[in-house]
Amino acid sequence: MKTAEKKSFSQWMRSIRGQQILVTVVFMVIPIALLITFTYLPLFKMAQFSFYNMKYIGTRTYIGFQNYIDVFTRDDIFQALKLSLFYLVAAIVQMALALMLAAIVTSGLRGTAFFKGAVFFPYLVCGIAVGFIFKFFFTHGFVLDTLLTHIGFQLNSLPYWLKDTSVNNSMLAATSVWRYMGQNMVLFIGAMMSVDNDVYEAAVIDGANAWQKFWSITMPGIKTMVVLNLILSISGSISAFEPPYVITNGAFGTGTYFVIMDRIAHVNQKVGLASAMAVVLMFIIAFVTILQKLASHFLLDEDETGRTFHERRIAKKRSQSAQ
Amino acid sequence: MANLENAMRPEGRIGASQRGKMKKILIQVMEYLILAFASFWALVPVVSCLVTAFKTPNEYQNTNVMALPQNWLYFDNFGAAWQKAHMGMAFFNSFLILIVVLICSILFSSMLAFVLNRFQFPGNGAVRNLFLFAALIPGIAMQVTVYQIMYALNLINSLTGYMILMMGTDVIAIYIFLQFFENLPVSLDESAILDGCTYFGVYFKILLPLLKPAIVTCLILKGVGTYNEYYMANLYLQDKSLYQVVSTCLYTFTGPMGNQYNYICAGVIITIIPVLIIFIFCQKQIYRGLASGAVKG
Repeated sequence: MKTAEKKSFSQWMRSIRGQQILVTVVFMVIPIALLITFTYLPLFKMAQFSFYNMKYIGTRTYIGFQNYIDVFTRDDIFQALKLSLFYLVAAIVQMALALMLAAIVTSGLRGTAFFKGAVFFPYLVCGIAVGFIFKFFFTHGFVLDTLLTHIGFQLNSLPYWLKDTSVNNSMLAATSVWRYMGQNMVLFIGAMMSVDNDVYEAAVIDGANAWQKFWSITMPGIKTMVVLNLILSISGSISAFEPPYVITNGAFGTGTYFVIMDRIAHVNQKVGLASAMAVVLMFIIAFVTILQKLASHFLLDEDETGRTFHERRIAKKRSQSAQ
Repeated sequence: MANLENAMRPEGRIGASQRGKMKKILIQVMEYLILAFASFWALVPVVSCLVTAFKTPNEYQNTNVMALPQNWLYFDNFGAAWQKAHMGMAFFNSFLILIVVLICSILFSSMLAFVLNRFQFPGNGAVRNLFLFAALIPGIAMQVTVYQIMYALNLINSLTGYMILMMGTDVIAIYIFLQFFENLPVSLDESAILDGCTYFGVYFKILLPLLKPAIVTCLILKGVGTYNEYYMANLYLQDKSLYQVVSTCLYTFTGPMGNQYNYICAGVIITIIPVLIIFIFCQKQIYRGLASGAVKG
């Protein structure tokens, strides 16, 4: 009896179906275990902690929604949320510049590989190195000031770029443009290269100029990527972290949401409040993601006739009113 | 420039299209100027650092930061930075972490992609969505509670713990592999199975070697990301005398060397060099990898 069972099991193991199930289980166990332990379990705990007043070690007290009330009423957190506007503007500028550069690189100029590489490389540099590079760059009388005095500015009239609260956040946001613009550009170049070349040739024969080609052929071809990146930059700008963390350590009014959260969690050890901040951010990101899905569903996804949902509806309305 | 010369040839000047040609040249000159301007700002911060790294302390004190060094072969700053910050140990640790993390994460994510792509089983879509959603959550937000879990698992101050954390969910790699599997015909698997190969054999002997281009892409992207990672290394590898990695090691320059930028810049250049080398040799794979990682984003 036993041997018969064993045999049938090993037979089953060798059968295609049995193998498929075995492989599926074996290959998925570790990735899923890692995913649950380091993503979903912490997520669950975070939601739980956000209702407590607690430190990493010691007793915890249930305080209901008090942490969430604090998130929206504490001055430092509110200031931090306002700062994300700087990073949002920077993200938009960054995309506009990246689009322009990508259009130039793909327009058929020769010898653009070096430019592309130079603009892209900052993306690969370690965040800490970027921090030092820009501390040095912005120090009074150093790199930026030297360049500016060369073109006629007086050193005395220049602000302390990282301390002066009227400019420091813009400068930090600019470092993030420096770092990520090249990556954006490479993505746009990739999208632009995939636009059918015949269309361009036809347009040239029809006498279209570069500007017309860009607006009527390139932009429609890559608009999905542009819109999605624009929407994603909302959550990206709220999660801005490395420039202020590394360059100013959040001093002189440069603490963004994450910098404040990091301080609350790991210096002040207010784990409950930090969890609440993380949960709020998560909701913002979920909202933005839904927004992105809706945008791609209604405005970008095209049917077989090349029209989006929005365009079909307008066409339908027109035909109705014509009747 | 070659364009410009071509267009300036005599035969280009005659004919009715002369105006159009001139305009085209002007536009191209403008385009080159814009590119040059952009790369100037991209390079200046790094180049000024490079220049400073070659200056003697005295020279650093007394010359403008943008002035070129007197001796381009003055390597003392590099040596000093290397020793003062114990960069040798940091590079060793980072190297160890890179090897383990890269091998494991490439294996795990390609295996997962293999199963998700080849087998239809209940929950296939759910697993995909679980990983996709995880990618939306910013890692730093999670560390408040991940810290607790690491603490409970006794993984703080342990290279193994940090490696496990880093090899976790790499959604971009999973997507790159998923796309790649879609272009590998299922008939490959089937004929191998008919020849008596098991599914493990199909994956390891037949598909894994074919994945090579995707693996190279993932190796580079994940490798650079791991090498540059600072926040978690700083949080979980707290004993800095034993577990320094390159990024946390570089950060120690803020302390004792405060404003001695000739040393700091040398340290920065040392940490950038490996990435620069990878970039120079693997530009194409990096660009392609970014594009394929972003399609599904």
